[in-house]
Amino acid sequence: MSVTATMLPVVARPRRRVSFRAAFGLGALLLIGGSAVLAPQLAPWDPARQMLIKRLRPPMWQAHGLREHPLGTDHLGRDILSRILHGGRISLGVGLTAVTLSALIGVTLGLLAGFFGGRADAFIMRIVDVFLAIPYILLAMGVVFALGPSLLNVILVMGATRWVQFARIVRADVLSIREREFVAGARARGNRPLRLLLRHVLPNALTPIIVVATLELAFMIIYESALSFLGLGVQPPTPTWGWMLADGRNYVATAWWLATFPGLAIMLTVLAVNLLGDWLRDTLDPRLKV
Amino acid sequence: MALLSVEGLRTQFATGAGTVRAVDGVSFAIERGEVLGLVGESGCGKSVTSLSIMRLVPPPGQIVAGRIRLEGEDLLDKDAEAMRRVRGARIAMVFQEPMTSLNPVFTVGDQITAAVLAHESGRRRAAWDRAVEMLDQVQVPSPGERARDYPHQLSGGLRQRAMIALALAPGPQLLIADEPTTALDVTIQAQILDLLRRLQAERGMAVLLITHDLGVVAELCHRVAIIYAGRIVEMAPVARIFEEPLHPYTRGLLRCLPHPSRFGQPLSSIEGAPPDLRGADAGCPFAPRCPLAIESCRRHEPALAERRPGHFVACPVAVV
Repeated sequence: MSVTATMLPVVARPRRRVSFRAAFGLGALLLIGGSAVLAPQLAPWDPARQMLIKRLRPPMWQAHGLREHPLGTDHLGRDILSRILHGGRISLGVGLTAVTLSALIGVTLGLLAGFFGGRADAFIMRIVDVFLAIPYILLAMGVVFALGPSLLNVILVMGATRWVQFARIVRADVLSIREREFVAGARARGNRPLRLLLRHVLPNALTPIIVVATLELAFMIIYESALSFLGLGVQPPTPTWGWMLADGRNYVATAWWLATFPGLAIMLTVLAVNLLGDWLRDTLDPRLKV
Repeated sequence: MALLSVEGLRTQFATGAGTVRAVDGVSFAIERGEVLGLVGESGCGKSVTSLSIMRLVPPPGQIVAGRIRLEGEDLLDKDAEAMRRVRGARIAMVFQEPMTSLNPVFTVGDQITAAVLAHESGRRRAAWDRAVEMLDQVQVPSPGERARDYPHQLSGGLRQRAMIALALAPGPQLLIADEPTTALDVTIQAQILDLLRRLQAERGMAVLLITHDLGVVAELCHRVAIIYAGRIVEMAPVARIFEEPLHPYTRGLLRCLPHPSRFGQPLSSIEGAPPDLRGADAGCPFAPRCPLAIESCRRHEPALAERRPGHFVACPVAVV
């Protein structure tokens, strides 16, 4: 009697290998990041160069499309592909720095509020309430008006208005973590409060932080485009995805490619970041390792 | 001089509904190398006593009176930093719940290494070797490999062993074990008690064992203090407590244990419930449930008196 494969004991496949989704996320992000870094070398045209004769040309695979403008041109005859490549530098750079900044502020304040409680908590959470009460766009507008629009100011404002997202989630998580027995145990072993916070509480609160960071990165790219749209972000002619999207809105009925390609770039970036975030979360949580 | 002496300790919790006197004038002493059992039912102040010794009573709890002396130094006089140096290094604690007492995101070895390094300087490599050695001492099989495991990969018994290794790594003089075997099944419980007894004897370490399980007391303790409603009602060498309990509460507790000679009969229990610890009325806290209570029991709180050599009872009517 032959032993068929189905009779063999089922051996669990090792989960060590990186999943397809993680590989896709990482690959897409490397591609996007790489093309942003190498934009000056890769872009066929100067992104600010206007060629009014060739304005509103469709992508090259459509009728009237031009070989030298693979993704078409906009209403001023600028090359869309070149603008997306260059725009990625701004959008990704601004998004990453703004998320880092807001995570630093938000996680620190959230940890302090949740762990020490009492007055520190009340004080920090009232500030959070104030930030939540004022529409962040309005706040950003006010600040950028006062400081003047520049790349640095936009990053500062974005970081300084969105940190509440981190602060609230971290605080809520810390409130439950600090009551867990291993924290009491660590305290009973004579650990200093700062060490309790950094070694015992923070690592256990990392999962939601990573998830929020990936969501916020996506949000920051949109946020930057909203500010640009209002004329408060990065100033034209510097291309950003958000600005291209906003600008292409007016032509969406007649020239779909103006808004579609920067929109796809944003979507792909956000998707890649989210997939990578999921994978990071699973990897950093030892309970999910097999 | 006793290693640890607690005198007239009072710990209270100011709540909206009144002040809860969780520990109400507790005094006892532990000699070097002695195992003292602190026995009582839930909510009688056992854990608050141990947290008071560590000065880790969570707010709104507060130590309002008493002295806690470790080798003659009053722990209540120490500033926060000096107290922090006592915790872990001189007094260590093992908690009840082995499932949640280890940090889930670090390996067991990492955590013991950190405990070693917390109180003595040294190289990480050497501290890691110490950690593995500690795991070996608490009889964790293949300690080198287990040290690289995360807590969730270990069974409850192994986790409790790891917790003991973690507590003992800095070489404390006193171990406070707060219901160390309650969450474990009986066979593992016996192993852990064996281990504790062996380590205690080898290291000459004093142990304050907090439990509601008289079986555990019989296994491990030299002396027993019975605590009721935040007060010690009886304290005696372990054999005396089992052979000749004096306080009616202690007798009641012992009658609650199942016994082969009473096979087929329902288990007995002590009538009534523990008093509300917010009450400030005079008298013995056990009087309302006590079968022997007399009029004066309700008016005067009996003091702990040495009725036999080494055998203290807080009951004037106890039959000697």
